[in-house]
Amino acid sequence: MEASTSLPSKPSRKSTGAYSSGMAALYQKEMSDHINSPRFLIAFILLLVASAASIYGAVSSLASAAGSADSASSISSDYLFLSLFTTSGSSIPSFASFLAFLGPLVGIVLGFDAVSRERSQGTLNRLVSQPIHRDSVINGKFLAGVSVIFLLVFSLGFFVCGFGIIYIGIAPTWEEIIRILAFLLLTVIYASFWLGLAIYFSTVCRHAATAALACIAIWIFVSFFLSMIAGAIASAVYPLTGYGQLYNQLSNYNLTLWLERVSPYYLFCEAISTILNPNVRSLGITSMNAYSGAVASYLSVDQSLLLIWPHVVCMLALTLLFFVLSYVSFMRQEIRAN
Amino acid sequence: MADEIIIQTQGLVKNYGSVHAVVGLNLAIRKGEVFGLLGPNGAGKTTTTLMLLGLTAPTAGTAQIAGLDCVRNPVEIKKIAGYLPDNVGFYSDMTGRENLRFTGRLNGLGGQELETRIDGLLARVNMTEAADRKAGTYSRGMKQRLGIADVLLKDPQIVIMDEPTLGIDPEGIRELMALIRELSEKDGRTILISSHQLYQVQQICDRVGIFVRGHLIACGRIEDLGKQLQSDQSYVLELGVRPDTPELKTFLESFPGVVQARFENSLYTLQTNGDIHTELTRALLDKHFDVYHLHQRGGDLDEIYRRYFEKAGEQNGSQHESTEQAVEKKHRRV
Repeated sequence: MEASTSLPSKPSRKSTGAYSSGMAALYQKEMSDHINSPRFLIAFILLLVASAASIYGAVSSLASAAGSADSASSISSDYLFLSLFTTSGSSIPSFASFLAFLGPLVGIVLGFDAVSRERSQGTLNRLVSQPIHRDSVINGKFLAGVSVIFLLVFSLGFFVCGFGIIYIGIAPTWEEIIRILAFLLLTVIYASFWLGLAIYFSTVCRHAATAALACIAIWIFVSFFLSMIAGAIASAVYPLTGYGQLYNQLSNYNLTLWLERVSPYYLFCEAISTILNPNVRSLGITSMNAYSGAVASYLSVDQSLLLIWPHVVCMLALTLLFFVLSYVSFMRQEIRAN
Repeated sequence: MADEIIIQTQGLVKNYGSVHAVVGLNLAIRKGEVFGLLGPNGAGKTTTTLMLLGLTAPTAGTAQIAGLDCVRNPVEIKKIAGYLPDNVGFYSDMTGRENLRFTGRLNGLGGQELETRIDGLLARVNMTEAADRKAGTYSRGMKQRLGIADVLLKDPQIVIMDEPTLGIDPEGIRELMALIRELSEKDGRTILISSHQLYQVQQICDRVGIFVRGHLIACGRIEDLGKQLQSDQSYVLELGVRPDTPELKTFLESFPGVVQARFENSLYTLQTNGDIHTELTRALLDKHFDVYHLHQRGGDLDEIYRRYFEKAGEQNGSQHESTEQAVEKKHRRV
């Protein structure tokens, strides 16, 4: 019945692994696309320069703190290695805050034209007419993006660690290593959220430029403007003038905090400052009552993790939300030739 | 085996909101034939091909390829059916060969087998020299040829091509047509071509289906369609005669067999009942008229196409008049 000799053997081979092989091929292609693309190189160099600058700043301010050599220094000598990530130089932000600013950029750069480029190149309809499930296209893109982010963040993190060991000559303790790994993992989740957002916009928008602008607008809004707006809204709802100030102070602060926590940027900042600084014992307002009788000590890793668990769950949920949105919109979209 | 039906649709309907892209399509394509799906832009040809491949879900009705339901088994169908979209695109930063390799791996091929197959196909579509250049530098015709190699990579039983001749120069079209014919005759593949370019498709199709506004208004061999038209309408003869005097018109109108004579674009269009062109030319020459143009309309696809459009327009127009149709009619007149 078969016209060709090679046909009968094919279905048996492919019926077992059509899905996985298609997915693997897509994943590999996306990975090599990302790694060979000039913009990935630009993002990488940008982050590399930023982290080198941040280490320089951190090391110099640590040295000056050590030079003044008094125990009242704000830097805790017990976790010197961790402070490499959080200490900022005189004018240079710390490595952690660099990642908080530039992590979104990496996610957006990797994802903003993921689907729209396929569409404009005319490769999308060729791709979906191959014997693969349609969702493996979007799954492959997202997974490859997350892998690239993972590689990027962890290599930068280890780069900072290595430089730190050379400069300050102190090896990190196990606890510090766990905290650093948790921090890097959080950064991956954070950047993946932006990747998911970018892929969503690339699915919905016809032009890559529109998607990029939308992503950057959201990035700037949640990173810079949301805190101002949150404060303004909270002050409008709970005014801090006259006698009302006495009653409203707590509600005002809580509302501001909740509004700010809408932003993944704020969530990320709270989470990493907790995980990288064992001194942080609580987030938000704590009454003096709660503090009375507390043992003055550092928080252990698991307690720090417990404190930021809601943040991690929220960030994962946001990431998944945007992935699911892009998945659904991609699956429901018409594949038309144009 | 020749009569085995490989593509079949029953009452296939696709609506985009209130727009009816495909209306109740019943199509049966036999194994090994070249079938041309003809119609103007926006007739629903692409929608039909997308539904056949399971890339778009039909609103109603069923489509089957080789006994597989197109909605339920899209992956199985895409294993045996290759699709060449119009405006086929390739990853511009990969070479032609890399593009093919990627497609091959999506199809579960790999290793030496894939490389030999790629080499063979590149040679077949005459792209061996350009294979290691970036696909971004390819011309339209090269992309189209690479697209054919890309489709053939999975060794499909069925090849579906959407506007394959669009934007290719005449020489390229000639090669393409020869290749398509070869795919059908030598490899025994079933080929479905959707196109609005009639002459090129006419040369290679075993059967054609004419598609207007979502309706399949005629389906069959080109000769049969021509005969069918001639039988239910009279013959049309185009005539160019010098000198153009008033006597000529009265002579033509009074000539036995002529139903109507119209003068348009410096030519006479005669509706006749029967083939009278030999008698007519002889009579004209006897009257010292000079015949410099003579064309019997009907029989060629262009004519068939035009006539079927007119028929479809009349039928649909009387049934329901929507603004969309009104616009389309106006376009046709222009």
